[in-house]
This record gives sequence, structure tokens and C-alpha cells, in this order.
Amino acid sequence: MAGTEVERLIGLLARLPGLGPRSARRAALHLLKKREALLQPLTAALADADAKVKTCQVCGNFDSVDPCTICSDASREATICVVEDVAGLWAMERTGLYKGRYHVLGGVLSALDGVGPDDLGLDRLLDRVGRGEGSEVILAIGATVDGQTTAHYISDRLAVTGAKVSGLAQGVPVGGELDFLDDGTIGAALRARRPLA
Amino acid sequence: MQWIDEAVLLSARPHGETGLLVALLTREHGRHAGLVSFGQSKKHRPAWQTGTLFEIKWQARLAEHLGTVTGEGRTAYAARWLDDAARLGGVAAVCAVAEACIPEREPHPAAFAGLIAFLDELGEDHWPSLYAHWELGILGELGFGLDLSVCAATGTSEDLVYVSPKSGRAVSARAGADYRDKMLPLPSFLRGGITRERAEVAAALELTGFFLERHVLAPHGKALPAARSRLVDRLRA
Repeated sequence: MAGTEVERLIGLLARLPGLGPRSARRAALHLLKKREALLQPLTAALADADAKVKTCQVCGNFDSVDPCTICSDASREATICVVEDVAGLWAMERTGLYKGRYHVLGGVLSALDGVGPDDLGLDRLLDRVGRGEGSEVILAIGATVDGQTTAHYISDRLAVTGAKVSGLAQGVPVGGELDFLDDGTIGAALRARRPLA
Repeated sequence: MQWIDEAVLLSARPHGETGLLVALLTREHGRHAGLVSFGQSKKHRPAWQTGTLFEIKWQARLAEHLGTVTGEGRTAYAARWLDDAARLGGVAAVCAVAEACIPEREPHPAAFAGLIAFLDELGEDHWPSLYAHWELGILGELGFGLDLSVCAATGTSEDLVYVSPKSGRAVSARAGADYRDKMLPLPSFLRGGITRERAEVAAALELTGFFLERHVLAPHGKALPAARSRLVDRLRA
């Protein structure tokens, strides 16, 4: 149907999240039609990202500098938000509400996926807290069994540092209606109820 | 073919971009795996959590196929205890041990009933001792039950404080005195009853863990799940 190069491009695009073979073909066709406007800038951006983007040795974020811009920003508050992956860090940054630093775990404790305590870089986190980089550690980990098991484990490990450890609240989401919520969420919301002034 | 059953979700892992591969312990059909289509969607992912009781429908063209699973959550046991490290650890451990030890597609209704009874009683103070009883029951269910009724050496039912690591039978203090370094301690509550002493439960889990590992897991090259080890550590702390 098409040359080897085109097939290779389609094959690689099809491996991206959200794209199957059909949508990869459409994307490849679009890129080839818009060479100057899309294909060449995309090629350059990919080469740049490959050459320059690294993993921050302090927090685990992706950035073109190491330590990343967040870690080297002196105006950031002395709190550390622990997130499961970089997507979680980006989600927290999107809110614009959190002004502290981060620690990216790279996963949660899971026997199925073979993730143990040694894979989460907790020694790095303990070092940072020990050095006084964070007076409070906020555990922003998913409200799943594995996620919360990990949160409790980290909380136990941090107990020796004396740092304040907190977790994100769980409950009714913005725009949520009780009728459509599962009983676990309603229960968590009820337990975490707060007085209204 | 298809069937409908009650099932507790033991684990779930992503399959592709949208699917979820689940391991379930069902009441009538034993431990079963299946694919939940769109299980990773925003709508479905919150429901498919470890420790949740579902009413599921499993269907496949042939019985030996992986099969697809659809289901409706009935009781989200783990969600009740997300803030409680020990109880959440209990849910994680019971599900991990069930997944590691119970053979696939072999009906074990007693194991399922025991699991539900444990999850129902998780709010009680003595829940760790119920967990130890569940593991003891699993050993029995799989054909490796411990005989804790009388002393293997003297036949007495008094003062039973050890279990022989060879036979899995109880041994009295007097009969086992010379071999006490080799014997496994037998916490008295394991012979029937409950305890609120966590150290006693940790000792009981040492005992059940020894036999689970030797008879059930080691022959398949497996070890006790990490979630269970974390629970034992927490009970010892």
C-alpha cells in the first residue's frame, strides 16, 4: 500500500497512547501532507526533547534542566507533594493552588507489577525531608487500595523525621451528585465532613 | 458459555489502553480471571477496586478462554478503610493471599464465605485474629489442614503450645520441651476463639505462613505476598 518508511511511521504512531492503526494512518497522512507546517517542526521538537529532556535527580520530574525548574525555584514553599507519576505533578501544577515542591514516586506498591518499597525512591524523599526541604509532606496518591497502602507506608517511614504528613481529602467531587456516587466515596465524605461557617 | 456469580475483586491491572484484567474469587466458580472492557474508563475504574464485592457475569465462547467480565459493585469493603492503615493492610493481605494460594477455576465456596465473613467483621477490634483463622481455614480447604485438636505425641488435649513443623500437628508443652527450638509456637486462640493481642496474631501468622509457604506456594516457586508481610510487620510494631 505504502513505502516502508510510511509503514514504519504508521507503526510507531500506532504505539502512542490513544492511537490505533487507523488513527495512526490518518495522523501519518496528515503529517506527510503538512510537511513544513507540522512534520518538520514535530521532528525537530522530538529530537530536541530526546536530546535535552532529562529526569530531575531531586524530584523525578521531566525538564530540560537538572534540577528541574520547580526544584531550583527558591520562591517555592518548604512543602513536598508526593505524587505517583509526572502526570500527577502536572495535574497539581494545573490547579495553580500548590506552591511547594514535589517528589515523583514512579508507581505505587504493587505485587502484581513487581513494585516494592525500593522502587519508589523513598530514601531520596527521606533525605530531602531530613535536610529540612519540606516541613510538611502532602501525599497526593490515588484513592485506591494500592495507592493508599503506599501512602500509609510512606507515612510510617516519614514518622522518624518528625515532619507533618497529610493526605488529600476524599469525598464528593465538584459537580457530583450523591445519587451517582458509590457508597465508599459517600462514606469517606461523611467521615471528612467539616463545619460550615 | 456464561455464568452469573458473586465475586470479590482480588486484583486488577490495566490491559491495553482501556481494558482491565481482573482476578476474582467467586462463590461458585473459584478464583477466576477475566477482561473488563473499558474497565479503565473514568466511569468504571473507581468501581473495580481490590476487595469490592460484585455480582458479575462472566462469558466466553469456550470455557478455557479468558472471558469477559461485567459486573455491578455491591459492597466496597476497602473504600471503608482507606484511612485505616492496619485494616486496609488486612484487605490487601487477604486478597493477595487468596490470589496467590487458591488454585484457579477450582470451586472453594468455603474460602469465599470465609473471605466475606472476614471483610464483614473488619470493623471489630479482633479482626486480626479473624484473618489468622481465615488463613488456617485456607490451609484446611487446600488439603493441608493443621491438626490442633490433640497432642501428636501423647494424645492429650491439654497444654498444647507447639505445632510440629513436620506433621502440622499440635504438641503439648511437656512432649515438645526437648524440641522447643524446632517447634512452632501455637497461639491458644487458633484452637478456637479470638484475641485482641496483636503479638499473638503475629505469632499465628508466623505459623500459618510457614505452612502456606511450604505446602502451597513453594511448590509453584512463589513466596508469601508482600502485602501479607507488611500486615505482619504492622501487627508486630
